[in-house]
Amino acid sequence: MYPASFEYLRALSVAEAISMVSNNEDAKFIAGGHSLIPLMKLRLATPSTLVDIGRIGSLSYVKDEGSQIAIGALTRHRDIEISDVLRSKAPMLAHVAGMVGDPSVRHRGTIGGSIAHGDGASDLPAAVLALDAVLVVEGPSGRREIKATDFFKGFLETALGADEVLVEIRVPSDIKAWSYQKFNRRAQDWAIVGVAAVRNGTTRVSLVNMGATPLRATGTEAALASGASLDDAALRADEGIDPPADLNASVEYRRHLAHVLTKRALSELG
Amino acid sequence: MTTVQDAVPGVIGTRVLRREDPELLTGEGRFTDDLKIPAALWLGVVRSPFGRAKILSIDTSAAKAAPGVVAVYTATDLQSEWAGPIPSAWQVTPDMKSPAHYPLASGSANYVGDPVAVVVANSPKEAADAVGMVDVEYEQLPAVVDLEDALSDRVVIHSELGTNVSYVWELNPNPDGIKTAFDNAAYVVKERYIQQRLIPAAMEPRSVAVVPSPMGGDYTVYSATQIPHILKVMLGLTVGISESKIRVIAPAVGGGFGSKLDVYPEELLCLALARKHRLPVRWTEERSENSQATIQGRGQVQWIELAADANGKLTGVRADIIADMGGYQQLITAGVPLLGAFLYHGVYDTPAYAFKCTGVYTNKTPTDAYRGAGRPEATYAIERAMDALAVKVGVDTVEIRRRNFIPTESFPYNSPAGLVFDSGDYAANFTQGLNFAGYDALRKKQAEMRASGSKKHLGIGISFFVEMCGLAPSRVLASLNYSAGGWESATVRILPTCKVQVVTGTAPHGQGHETSWAMIAADKLGISPDDVEVLHSDTAISPFGLDTYGSRSLSVGGTAVYIATERVLDKARKIAAHLLEASEEDLDYAGGNFSVKGSPEKVLPLAAVAFESFTAHNLPDGMEPNLEASTSWDPPNFTFPYGTHIAVVEVDEDTGKVDLVRYVAVDDCGNRINPLIVEGQVHGGLAQGIGQALFEEAVYDETGNLLTATLADYLVPSAAELPSFELDHTVTPSPTNPLGVKGIGEAGAIASPPAVMNAIVDALSHFGKINIDMPASPEKVWKAIQATKA
Repeated sequence: MYPASFEYLRALSVAEAISMVSNNEDAKFIAGGHSLIPLMKLRLATPSTLVDIGRIGSLSYVKDEGSQIAIGALTRHRDIEISDVLRSKAPMLAHVAGMVGDPSVRHRGTIGGSIAHGDGASDLPAAVLALDAVLVVEGPSGRREIKATDFFKGFLETALGADEVLVEIRVPSDIKAWSYQKFNRRAQDWAIVGVAAVRNGTTRVSLVNMGATPLRATGTEAALASGASLDDAALRADEGIDPPADLNASVEYRRHLAHVLTKRALSELG
Repeated sequence: MTTVQDAVPGVIGTRVLRREDPELLTGEGRFTDDLKIPAALWLGVVRSPFGRAKILSIDTSAAKAAPGVVAVYTATDLQSEWAGPIPSAWQVTPDMKSPAHYPLASGSANYVGDPVAVVVANSPKEAADAVGMVDVEYEQLPAVVDLEDALSDRVVIHSELGTNVSYVWELNPNPDGIKTAFDNAAYVVKERYIQQRLIPAAMEPRSVAVVPSPMGGDYTVYSATQIPHILKVMLGLTVGISESKIRVIAPAVGGGFGSKLDVYPEELLCLALARKHRLPVRWTEERSENSQATIQGRGQVQWIELAADANGKLTGVRADIIADMGGYQQLITAGVPLLGAFLYHGVYDTPAYAFKCTGVYTNKTPTDAYRGAGRPEATYAIERAMDALAVKVGVDTVEIRRRNFIPTESFPYNSPAGLVFDSGDYAANFTQGLNFAGYDALRKKQAEMRASGSKKHLGIGISFFVEMCGLAPSRVLASLNYSAGGWESATVRILPTCKVQVVTGTAPHGQGHETSWAMIAADKLGISPDDVEVLHSDTAISPFGLDTYGSRSLSVGGTAVYIATERVLDKARKIAAHLLEASEEDLDYAGGNFSVKGSPEKVLPLAAVAFESFTAHNLPDGMEPNLEASTSWDPPNFTFPYGTHIAVVEVDEDTGKVDLVRYVAVDDCGNRINPLIVEGQVHGGLAQGIGQALFEEAVYDETGNLLTATLADYLVPSAAELPSFELDHTVTPSPTNPLGVKGIGEAGAIASPPAVMNAIVDALSHFGKINIDMPASPEKVWKAIQATKA
C-alpha cells in the first residue's frame, strides 16, 4: 500500500498553511491523516502536495465561552472524549468522539479533520449538524463563520475553499437532552446508520450514512414540530432521503434502521 | 559440574509463559520484511482486475522506462524458467482435472489478483509505481462465481478441461445400509447450508526474499511460510534447482492459519529472478493483495440428510457437497474438503454413512487449507442438522445429542466412514459442559424473557465437535493420494555443559513450539526448560521435517521430541551405568540425577554424563562419543479431540443484531502440555470461528470482482466484539502417542460456527423455522425474522 509520490510541507501557523496551499490547487491539508492517508494508499487520492497542519499547537483546545464551547480544529478525538469542559457542558460531543474508530484512530484523528473531510458516514459531522454548530474557517482574506447546516455540500465536498482551513468548531453549551445512536457490526467501524438527536427548544435530528453527506431528518423534525407521536415521527426519518446500499445494508434495511434508531434516540431525549 | 541438582518438578501440565512473547510484544521479532538485504531487487506484481478475461496484449514499455525499474516480465518472457507448473500435491482422484497453472498467467486471467506480469525494481515504491504503468489490454469474459452455476457448465472457465468439474470424490462403504436407513426412517432431515469463503487475514502478510550465495550456486530463501521443508522441495522441482542448493528459512512468521501452507507464484518468481539477475530478489505482499492473491478458505454448498428412527436415533447420514476450488489448484486445494469427508456424522453413532464431494472451478481466488480445513465444514453441517432433527423429533437439543453419542465403551470406535476414533467420553464431557454453562438456568431465563415480551431474544446454541487431527499416518495419506507423508522428525542433543538442543521439523508461526518442546524435553530429563533451546524453521539446521498445519505439531512433532529425548537418556543411562559400575536396570533417574537403587550415595548428575560423553575419556567399549539422538515419528492413527461448546446470544428483534453474550468451551485435547498455550489456541480459534459465524465473508459480485478486499469491508472481529471466553476441559488421553496428546490448534474454529448459529436459530425458534446462513449479519437476521412473519 504505497501512496503515489507527493511533496510534504509542514506549516507551523495557520497563515503559513494558507500560503502553502494558495498557489497550489492540487495540495491537501493533512492533520491526523486518518481519512486522507487510507485514500492515498489506495491511490484514490493523489495530491501533489500535503501541507501538514497537525503541529499547529495553537489549534488544539477546548474553551468554555459561556453559551458556547469553542473547540480548536486540531483537537484530537481522544482529547474531546475526555475533556472535562465538554463532558459537563456539551456531553454529546464527548460521547460521539469516544465512538469514532478505534483507540489508535481516536489518538491521532482530529475533530477538524473529520468535519473538513465531510464524510456522510462519519460520526462527528452528523453530530455537529444536530448540535447546530458554527464552523470557523480562515483563508487568505481572514476568518468567516459557516453554519454546520450550510457546510456539507456533497460527497466529501464542503463549503471550505481550497485555500481555507477549518480552525474552530463552536457548539452550544448546556444541552441536556441529546442522544446518539450508532449502529454498526464492529465497534471500530463506521455507522451503518447513526442518528444524532438534540433538543434545544426545537428538536434537531441528523442521520449518519443515509446519504453522501450527513443529513437532517427533516421529516422527523417537521412531524415533531407538529406534535406527532414519537413512533410516527421516527417513521418519517428517511423522508426525502435516498440512502445508499452497501455490503452491510440494503436500501430497505437502511430505511428500517433509520426508523428504529430515530425512535430510540427520540425516546432517549425523554 | 558434578554437583547434584535439586530435583526439578515436572513441567508438563504447567502454565509456563511463552518464551517467544517478549520479543514479539516489544517489536523485536524479525519477520521476513524486516531483513536488511543489501542490493536486493523488489518485485511488483501486475494483477488481473477482472474475474475472467482474455489477455490481448501487454505493453511493458512505459514501466520499463520508469525510474528504478530493472526489468518487466510477462509469462512469455519467463517460460523457460519453469521446470514445472505451480505444484498441486493432492490429486484426489485419478481423473481429477487441473488447468495448467504457472506463476504468470498467459492467454487468460481467471481471478481478480491473478498475476499477469512482474516488475523488478530497485525499491518497493518504484516497483509499485511501475506496476501501474504496465498496460494490459483485456477482453473481459463472463465469469463463473456461484458454485451451482459452475456445476451447470453454462460457462466453462478452462476450455481445455471441457468442464468446470475438477473431480467427484465419493465415500459410500455401505450403500445398502444407506438405502435401508432412508427408506425406513421415521424422521428425515434434509438441510442445505452455505460455507462462505473466508480470507485468512494473517496479521503478517506474505513476504519472501531470495538471496543467492556469492559462489556455489546456492540460494537462501527467506519466506513467511508455514512449510519451509515442503517449500524447499517444491521450489527446487518447480524452478529446476537441486534441493540441495536451496536453504529455506522461515523467520518470525506472523500467523498462517493455513494460508502460508502453500507454494505461491511470488516465491517461485523471486527464486527464478534471483537466478536470472544474480541478485537478491524480494517481495512483500500488500494488504489488498493478501485479500486477492493469498488463498481463501471454505467455499462450499452443503447438503446433509439425516435418517432417524422413531426415538430420534440416527440410522443414516448422507452428505453431498460442492466445493469451490477457485480459479486453479493450489498445493492441497482439492484435498481440503476430504479432511472433513469422514466426519459428517460427527460424534454420533450411525450404522450407515455416505459422502460425496464435487470440486468445481470458479473465477475466484484459489481456496486451500484454512484453520480446520474440512472439519469446520463437517462439524457445521452435522451440528446444525442435529438441531433441526431435534425440532423434528420434538425433543431438546441436549436430548437429541445424548441419544446419539458414540458410547464411551465403544472406544476405540470403528466409524462408519472407516476411521478409528482413538478415545473419548462424550457424555461426560457434555454433562460437564452443560453444568459449567448453567444450561438449565439459561433455559429458564430464556423462558422468562419470552414471557416478558422482550424484543431481545435469548438463544442457547450447542455444538459438540470431534475432529481428526495430528496429520497424519503416512499410509493413510497414501490411501488418499496425498503426495507426502505425515511423520515428523526431531533431534535432541545434550551439549558438553548439559545445555540441551532440540531440533524439530515443525515450523511454528505463533503456536509456541519453542516453549512447549522445551517443556517436553525438560520434563523427561528432569531439568529446567530454560536449559533447553529449540531450533526450527531452517532447512539447514533441521533438514527433515513436514512443518506445521492440521493440528499436527504436538501429537506428531512433540512426540518425536519426546522419543528422541528418551533415546538420548537411554544412552546417558548406559554411560552412567558404566561410570557408576552398576547395571542399567539398577539405575534410577530423577531430577537430573542417576542413582543406584539401594545405594543412595551413588549418584551421578546428567551434567557429569554429558561432559563424559563429550570428552570420551571413559566410555563403555564401542560406544560413540556425544549424546545425540534423532527420530522420525510416524503416528499410527489420527487423534480425535472433541468438546462441548455453548454459545449464548441475544438477538435484537428490531435490528437483527446478534450480541454474543457468553461463550463456553469445554475441550478435550487429551493431556495438556501447557494449559496457557492450549487456552490461547482455543481463544484464537474461537475468534476466527465466531468471525465466520457473524462477521466474515469474501464477497464477489457476478463478474468475479472481490468486494471485500480491504479490512474495512472484510470484517475480522476484534476483542470488542467478543465476550470473555469461559473455558474448562476434560482429559481423555490419546492412546495414539506416548504423550497422550491430541491437538488444539483448530478446535475453536471448528466448534464455534455451529454453536453461534444454533444459538441464533434457538433465540428465534418461537417465530418459526429460521433459515439463515453465515455470516449472520444484522440484515440477514432481520430478514429471517421478517420471513417468519410474512
